[in-house]
Amino acid sequence: MATTNVVRDEYSELVDLEHSHDHEHGQFIAHHFHSAEQQFDSGKLGIWLFLVTEVLFFGGLFVAYIIYRYNRPDVFIDAHHHLDTLLGGLNTIVLLFSSLTMAWGVRAAQLGDNRTTAISVLATMVCAALFLGVKAVEYSHKWDLGLLPGNLFSYDPLAKHDHALISNYLVMLCVPFGVLLLGFLLGAILNLNTGKKLIGQFYGGMAITMLGYFAGVGVGVLWMATMTPKHDSHDDHHAAVVVAADAVRPVVFSADDAAPKVETAVVDGAAAAEAPAGSTAPLDKSLGVFFSIYYCMTGLHAVHIIAGIAALAWIFYRSLAAQWRPDYFGPVDFVGLYWHLVDLIWIYLFPLMYLIR
Amino acid sequence: MATVTQKQQLFGHAPTNHYLDASRGVMSWIFTLDHKRIAIMYMYGVILSLFLAGIFALVLRLELYTPGPWFLTSAQYNQMFTLHGAVMVFLFIIPSIPAIIGNFVLPMMLGAKDVAFPRLNLASLWLYWAGGFFFIVVLATSGLDTGWTFYTPYSTTTSTNVIAATLGAFILGFSSIFTGLNFIVTINTMRPKGMTWFRMPLLLWGLYSTSIIQVLATPVLGITLLLLIVERLLKLGIFDPAYGGDPLLYQHFFWFYSHPAVYIMILPAMGVISEMLGVHCRKEVFGYKFIALSSVAIALLGFLVWGHHMFTSGQSEMASLVFSAITFSVAVPSAIKVFNWLCTMYRGDINLSTPMMYIMSFIFLFGIGGLTGLWLGALSTDIPLHDTYFVVAHFHYVMVGGTMTSLLGGLFHWWPKMSGRMYNEPLGKLFCLLVFIGFNLTFFPQFIMGSLGMPRRYHEYQAVYQIYHQLSTIGAFTLGIGIFGAVMTLVYAWFFGRKASGNPWGAATLEWQSSSPPSFHNFEHRVIVSAPYDFSSVVYDESVDGYVPVVPKREAAPAPQPTPAPVSN
Ligand code: HEM
Ligand SMILES: [Cu+2]
Repeated sequence: MATTNVVRDEYSELVDLEHSHDHEHGQFIAHHFHSAEQQFDSGKLGIWLFLVTEVLFFGGLFVAYIIYRYNRPDVFIDAHHHLDTLLGGLNTIVLLFSSLTMAWGVRAAQLGDNRTTAISVLATMVCAALFLGVKAVEYSHKWDLGLLPGNLFSYDPLAKHDHALISNYLVMLCVPFGVLLLGFLLGAILNLNTGKKLIGQFYGGMAITMLGYFAGVGVGVLWMATMTPKHDSHDDHHAAVVVAADAVRPVVFSADDAAPKVETAVVDGAAAAEAPAGSTAPLDKSLGVFFSIYYCMTGLHAVHIIAGIAALAWIFYRSLAAQWRPDYFGPVDFVGLYWHLVDLIWIYLFPLMYLIR
Repeated sequence: MATVTQKQQLFGHAPTNHYLDASRGVMSWIFTLDHKRIAIMYMYGVILSLFLAGIFALVLRLELYTPGPWFLTSAQYNQMFTLHGAVMVFLFIIPSIPAIIGNFVLPMMLGAKDVAFPRLNLASLWLYWAGGFFFIVVLATSGLDTGWTFYTPYSTTTSTNVIAATLGAFILGFSSIFTGLNFIVTINTMRPKGMTWFRMPLLLWGLYSTSIIQVLATPVLGITLLLLIVERLLKLGIFDPAYGGDPLLYQHFFWFYSHPAVYIMILPAMGVISEMLGVHCRKEVFGYKFIALSSVAIALLGFLVWGHHMFTSGQSEMASLVFSAITFSVAVPSAIKVFNWLCTMYRGDINLSTPMMYIMSFIFLFGIGGLTGLWLGALSTDIPLHDTYFVVAHFHYVMVGGTMTSLLGGLFHWWPKMSGRMYNEPLGKLFCLLVFIGFNLTFFPQFIMGSLGMPRRYHEYQAVYQIYHQLSTIGAFTLGIGIFGAVMTLVYAWFFGRKASGNPWGAATLEWQSSSPPSFHNFEHRVIVSAPYDFSSVVYDESVDGYVPVVPKREAAPAPQPTPAPVSN
């Protein structure tokens, strides 16, 4: 049959076309993509969608925050005395700076400058770890005071707060990072000595990152030390911190209706009168719900920072291995976007938590 | 020059060298990146969940045969309906169509070798298993008795294993998110040349809309369940009025996900129906653009109606009014679809195959399910009907009559592609009929007893309702036999069925341009893109005992250019 022959010819052409079209795939192009461009576009869209899910994931918590704040504004006003604006602000600056280094790294990767990428990514990781270090000081300090979530909340504004400067909680939070630091140091030394330069440098970078964490802890502890009242007062040092920071606000703990404490020289009488000092509800438990939200939001954010460090470590390694080229830098770009989002969330968290007035 | 054998290999039945025997061993499956194998493995899990939860359902129905307690205690009864609902929703119906049919067919419909992120796809599957594992933990420990909705404050105080269950649902949520993300990216970036958005098969529109919901709604469920877990562990107080928290907030969060989630369940089903309808009526789908865009409309409107689950929960009248009004607007795109399907069938060349029977069954059952949704969306009627068997019947009509019917139909339709074998047509039809009859017998009486006031989730009831419960129980066993029979028909076909060619239905979408089963890379040739429902683009070919694509004539083109796709009419 003539027609079948024609048909057959056409099909064989289809197959031949497939083969002639079989462009040689570059090293980093997965087999199911046609081109580097298609692969990059897919990755970019994918990471953006992932960021959307992240925003919505945090969105639930932001909604919880809004509703609770709407219901109990008094609790929120009260709560800000317990958050250290200066440490929060320091962390904000650190994260902003890390976004800068990240962007720098992406640019360098686009240019194929792997060395600069590696250094920038390392700087980003150090900032991330430093952030965690400061956060560890903040957390452990609050735990010492009993500023815990929900039902666990046991803060007593009248009690003495003369705890050790370096609390046991802080030590616990430092142990995993200490172990990692030692491990990475050891790995770096062993590998560099045996001539395995790539992996040695990687371990070295990671060790520096862990040092960043301890730098953060150091800064936090020092700041706490300077702020600890020398006099043996009943006051929470956070009160002092806040006062030192803006020096106008009275410190009123609603629960202690016995003796509202006023810490400042400038007494804002109106605000003091407005504070629900005499309210009958056991406000300290409500304050616990504020800390529930605080720990959920900042804790989830911290988990994202840790995940970010892991992703950055992967980028760091591949930068050391000089894998980025002007036509292949997608992963740096994608992790960079993720990192910017993590920063952005903090940019919202900081004023919502620390700067309530 | 192509020989008959080569043509056989391209478009016919492929006895060897296909994705099922490309490599062997359990590990080659567990670590596969092949979307087709991932789909098959999802199928095992999904069907297993269906049977497990189905057994729970039969136990429930048996217990309800008599008005008083029979062989279950009230506590056991609570556990049964909770586990039935939770397993059906999270492990069966949400993954079902996207994970099985979507995974298998979507890349092939695009003429692609795989989804955009094969590793992420495998991760979804593993997360699905992990989530399933947590549900097994629930079964093995103190069970679960909160209802599938996990409402606070009961869920934060009950002594059953809420944490394992919510953790399982949380993980399954991420499995679902990753599948959705993968599909969106794949459809956006991997369409072949010549396939514009409005030349995409309608199943892809359905999956695309579904994926949008999965990506936008599921994270909220994730954080809600996480909060619930922490609430249970630490007494956070966020949902607890004793601390100034708000239990209604939980319901808002939950339904913000779970209403859109009902569209995660139904939109892929609608896509499957639209897709199969044209093929089995051999007629271009009527109102293509309307069907396509109404999916997107449903996906978006679906985010604005969650409050209709809370009409009696004490939300403000204003909120109820607004939610009610928007709920009615969702019915519009749903109705648009139904009318377009009917118009497609009208004067079509209907081939009364098993998939076609499922299609008709779907249209009928979804019609009832959707219309009764309006009873519930109207404020005045929902007040008495809320939390009665009327609601139970409503959602079973849309979920079982809709999604499960469509899943079964879809499996029969694509079975030749997946297995390379044809199922037994008379058996397929018989069990489809049994499913249809059993289903109606089970759930139609529930509308009646619901409107007479029979509340849902009750272990005991007054004697006046007994006749409805008895009918329902008899129907449930009929339905069970029907589903089991349908699945067994497919299993039998997998091993002993007649060999199927690459395109036994004469469908015009790209997945049928491969051999059956497809090769590891799906296509051994360049695919020819035509309009998805232009059935003149395929011709019957005796040598492969099936349809082969017509290669469009190319006018003297020495340099190989992309084949110009024929203009759709
Ligand atoms: C045609 C549009 C639909 C409308 C107007 C509608 C309306 C409603 C309303 C108002 C309720 C709340 C009833 C109550 O609790 O008092 C409801 C419940 C429900 N609907 Fe629909 N629905 C529609 C489609 C669907 C679809 C397509 C599905 C699933 C595939 C579905 C699944 C459910 C489920 C599972 C419930 C009960 C949830 C529970 O309380 O456990 N609905 N529907
Ligand atoms: Cu709903």
